[in-house]
Amino acid sequence: MSLDTQLDLWEVFIQSKSGLPYIHAGSVHASDNKMALQNARDIYTRRGEGTSIWVMPSKYIVASNPDDNDMLFDPSNDKVYRHPTFYVMPEGAKNI
Amino acid sequence: MHNEHSDTHFQTRIDNGEHIEAKDYMPENYRKHLIRQMSQHAHSEVIGMQPEGNWITRAPSLRAKQILLAKIQDEGGHGLYLYSAAETLGVSRVEFIQQLQSGKAKYSSIFNYPALNWADVGAIGWLVDGAAIVNQVSLQRTSYGPYSRAMVRICKEESFHQRQGYEIMAKMMKGTKDQQAMAQDAMNRWWWPALMMFGPHDTDSPHSSDAVKWKIKRETNDELRQKFIDKTIPQAELIGLTVPDDKIKLDEKTGHYKIGPINWDEFYRVIAGNGPCNKQRLDHHIKFHEEGSWVRDAAVAYKQKHSTKELQTV
Ligand SMILES: [Fe+2]
Ligand SMILES: [Fe+2]
Repeated sequence: MSLDTQLDLWEVFIQSKSGLPYIHAGSVHASDNKMALQNARDIYTRRGEGTSIWVMPSKYIVASNPDDNDMLFDPSNDKVYRHPTFYVMPEGAKNI
Repeated sequence: MHNEHSDTHFQTRIDNGEHIEAKDYMPENYRKHLIRQMSQHAHSEVIGMQPEGNWITRAPSLRAKQILLAKIQDEGGHGLYLYSAAETLGVSRVEFIQQLQSGKAKYSSIFNYPALNWADVGAIGWLVDGAAIVNQVSLQRTSYGPYSRAMVRICKEESFHQRQGYEIMAKMMKGTKDQQAMAQDAMNRWWWPALMMFGPHDTDSPHSSDAVKWKIKRETNDELRQKFIDKTIPQAELIGLTVPDDKIKLDEKTGHYKIGPINWDEFYRVIAGNGPCNKQRLDHHIKFHEEGSWVRDAAVAYKQKHSTKELQTV
């Protein structure tokens, strides 16, 4: 039996309609760009799920560590001046 | 301060309805349970292509052939979604395939029954996919994010599978006496194995309680089985099929059907590897995996040649 390989892992992002964001759909195994794109097409868009696909090698994704969530995603509720309601508008001001 | 790496904190997150993602802390047994369940699920999708694949070249019309091809292609896709999702738990695709081929990992026993004639293709779509859908709809709310997302995608594709099967059965029941007899015979052979797909009764199910506590399973085996029974019996009656169980009774008060006892000896016999097709299914998988190795080798060789070229131009 020859040397087995699972090929490289790629992440697949699909845009369902032009103008909308690309959303992570899942991953595929492939050895090169072309195969990754082709596999992503066959596996994730058989029913018009997308109009555009991005694929990228999973090894290049940098992800935040869940342990840092408290620090990273603190809502900064003390910084009320980030919200428009913080500001006092002159009486009678319109369209602002 | 709470400890994010404790089982108590994990259980609180589960109880709050949060999803667990690949890099989040999870108890070792949660991970193990998922690896077993998700890989078993992936293997089932892939092995499940075989009984139906057997009928592609013998489909009775071009329409039927196209439908069957599309359905089986979907099942291959389902296997791939699930392998990808399971790989996020730190097991490689190669390991999963080895576990399947060595018999260490299981797949749904239903696929160890043969598809003997065209009516079986109808019965598989209607009953086997029908039972799988009940389970998968419930699993859309499973607590592990990648599994849940794969299930949402799969459920979108499944309803066509069940409907094409039911259409085959309905057509045969409107056909000749022989066709009706074939459909009834397929019903007789697939009904009980389909009910067994939900697994042992809750009282005899070894992995169930942890899986429910961790919200991997959102409903128990018996709850899911009952849903399937209640949906399917009226569908059978509508097209004139008889459910092969003379103990069936509709409980007017609850609206649920009561069925006769399930033959669990047969279930365990098939799980233990003594079903009609266990050996054939694995042999087939191994044969095609090995015969396809030159394609993988060629892909890797192409990539290596390509990447050296890229380096030279820098
Ligand atoms: Fe499927
Ligand atoms: Fe299916």
